[in-house]
Amino acid sequence: MSHLLYVALLAGCLIGTAAVEVRLGTRVYARWRRLLSALLPTVIVFVTWDLYAIAHHQWTYVPRWVTGVRLPEHLPFEELLFFLVVPTCSVITLEAVRRRRPGWVIGDEPGS
Amino acid sequence: MTYTSLVVLAVAAVVVVDGVILRTNLVRRKAFWTSYAIILAFQLIVNGVLTGVPVVRYDADVIIGWRVAYAPVEDLLFGFAMVLLTLSTWVWLGRRAHARQSSGVPSGSTRH
Repeated sequence: MSHLLYVALLAGCLIGTAAVEVRLGTRVYARWRRLLSALLPTVIVFVTWDLYAIAHHQWTYVPRWVTGVRLPEHLPFEELLFFLVVPTCSVITLEAVRRRRPGWVIGDEPGS
Repeated sequence: MTYTSLVVLAVAAVVVVDGVILRTNLVRRKAFWTSYAIILAFQLIVNGVLTGVPVVRYDADVIIGWRVAYAPVEDLLFGFAMVLLTLSTWVWLGRRAHARQSSGVPSGSTRH
């Protein structure tokens, strides 16, 4: 079970923000095309960076705590998940703040 | 390049994306900093587990050595750059969609 630690942490992030999504009606998953487009530059830039760091041994993953599933270029499966999950949680957080503070300008309001 | 110099470059580059390229100016918005504060609190917990267990180990030669909740201080800047790039792209996509609607240009077509 120890191999699932990293995946479990990410699952916890998704479950916590899913509760926010439902309770506050942030509708981030409903806007999935915009979400995927917003994730794309982040995934490209940060996966590239991760691969550079892995190739240069700047950081390493302890086998006991990861599934061991590796994507091309030795990228741990959990790392790709990380760059999808954490940005998604960030968008839900921003939308939650918008819901709770409707007067605060974010910059994408209709007519802005 | 060391992790330290890469994160400093990344933060500078993403601030330019937000302020100059996409012109979302999130770094001047209360909604962004409130969202970031919430995300940072959860980052300290999740990243604290990842670096405290540790799931991820860092080469001491590529980091400055200061640690915050077990994590190299560089991770804070890494997270900031990732969150700002994602949210800036998210807001830019939303603003672009509204601009297209109000100018009568169907989404998906090229604007001149």
